[in-house]
Amino acid sequence: MATLGSAQLPAQGSVASSVSTGPVMVLAPRHSALVRVTHWITTLCFFALLVTGIEIVISHPRFYWGETGTVLTTPLFQLPIPSSRKLVPTGYGYVLPDQNGWSRALHFEAAWIAVLTGLLYIISGLLTRHFRKDLVPSKADLSWRALLTSFAKPLRFERPSAAEASSYNGLQRLTYLFVIFVLFPLVIWSGLAMSLAFASALPWSVTLLGGRQSARTIHFFVSLALVLFLFVHVAMVCLAGFWSRTGAMITGRTGTRKEHT
Amino acid sequence: MIDLSRRKLIVSGLAAAAGASGLAVAAHLAQKYGLVPPDHGGIYGLGETLTYASQRVLTRHSLAREFPRNKISPRPFPNELAPLTEDFKRLQAGGFADWRLSIDGMVHQPALFSIADLKSYPPRSHITELACEEGWSYIAEWIGVPLSHVLHLVGVHPQARYVVYVSMEPDTWDSIDMADALHPQTFLCYGMNGSDLPVAHGGPLRMRLPRQVGYKNIKFITRLTVTDSLKGFGNGCGAVACEYGYAWYAGI
Repeated sequence: MATLGSAQLPAQGSVASSVSTGPVMVLAPRHSALVRVTHWITTLCFFALLVTGIEIVISHPRFYWGETGTVLTTPLFQLPIPSSRKLVPTGYGYVLPDQNGWSRALHFEAAWIAVLTGLLYIISGLLTRHFRKDLVPSKADLSWRALLTSFAKPLRFERPSAAEASSYNGLQRLTYLFVIFVLFPLVIWSGLAMSLAFASALPWSVTLLGGRQSARTIHFFVSLALVLFLFVHVAMVCLAGFWSRTGAMITGRTGTRKEHT
Repeated sequence: MIDLSRRKLIVSGLAAAAGASGLAVAAHLAQKYGLVPPDHGGIYGLGETLTYASQRVLTRHSLAREFPRNKISPRPFPNELAPLTEDFKRLQAGGFADWRLSIDGMVHQPALFSIADLKSYPPRSHITELACEEGWSYIAEWIGVPLSHVLHLVGVHPQARYVVYVSMEPDTWDSIDMADALHPQTFLCYGMNGSDLPVAHGGPLRMRLPRQVGYKNIKFITRLTVTDSLKGFGNGCGAVACEYGYAWYAGI
């Protein structure tokens, strides 16, 4: 879409290219403004949710399956950490300070912002065909050979090819789709299922997960999966070049070498 | 290189204006329909308000999940109790015969109720889960008189918006809005699993509202005050828990 500004100055674009000769660095568009803004809001929310989530778990680091569970019942497992409640048997001789008040408040506030941001991302992603264009893998991407190569290359610390600076390989596409359409919805659902009032309006949201304590345990494991994703995500960014990839997510442009004729 | 056209400027200006006026309209409507919690200020006010407003819209009349009798937890976990006061021990020695619940504030007839008075009204029970904000939960049968029954007896003024409930434990009180106060599952609870409510669980009288987490279910209730504003109570955010950073509305 031509803007009024560029329409009035038709010569502007050709001035720069006529001066330079040989290969130059040009900045190619990489991420849309909406993807960048939602990415960083989600990043902030994710850290807030992670820190406060850990704080809340510390008040009862035991997990159960089914509807109920207390210190008087057998847990599915217990994390080997101290607790902020003295009635929880942990094996540690001390009790951590209670931080649940602000942790719960920030957890739910960050969850609200993350969910609203996620909705904005999903709706705009559908409208702008972002998912179809940038994330749904092609048939060729999905061959075992291609997927295995994508998996093995970073394990050998091989930097991605120049082509991958402007696009994702099949494995990355599948991973992003899995995080966006499976892990995020599941962590939201299992979180909401723990709300007594929400569960009163939609009781099947708890029943389908196997009960309140099952929902809590699922919430914990999906959060772990998201943290694992975060580690791999950041490792891949570092391998590909931390500043260029992070810069692309901030400015929206990625540097590529281009031959001029 | 800033690609800022006149069209973009006009569109984003209009969007910002629409957003700002939309927010103002939303805030006005939220106040009007009682969707703003008393602890809406501060950095967490946005989250508290979104949670309270959305759950009020979605769950005003919904019933907490009830369970079959065989799902009752064999060993309900009584959370930590503060040391019992001398006044409490004296009443306990008398079998709580002298325990009184007073109701005052915006009511036509302030009144005093003994436990026997409360037990003389048609008893109600539900088998529901008590869930603590820490993460644990158990299921029990809760027996009592619906708070709405007692509120109808004393006659609540139409402008009433909250019920403040005070424990015999020092510095322990909380409040709920009328939606929860009049909810059929909100009990002045005096029994549990077929017997009197044990002291460890808040006996002789506990507030029981199964759609909010454990800390709203205050033990040892002695006083109810019906009010249209929480300004005069504590620091005005509606509960002593808020003064320790806990949310007033705990449906989540």
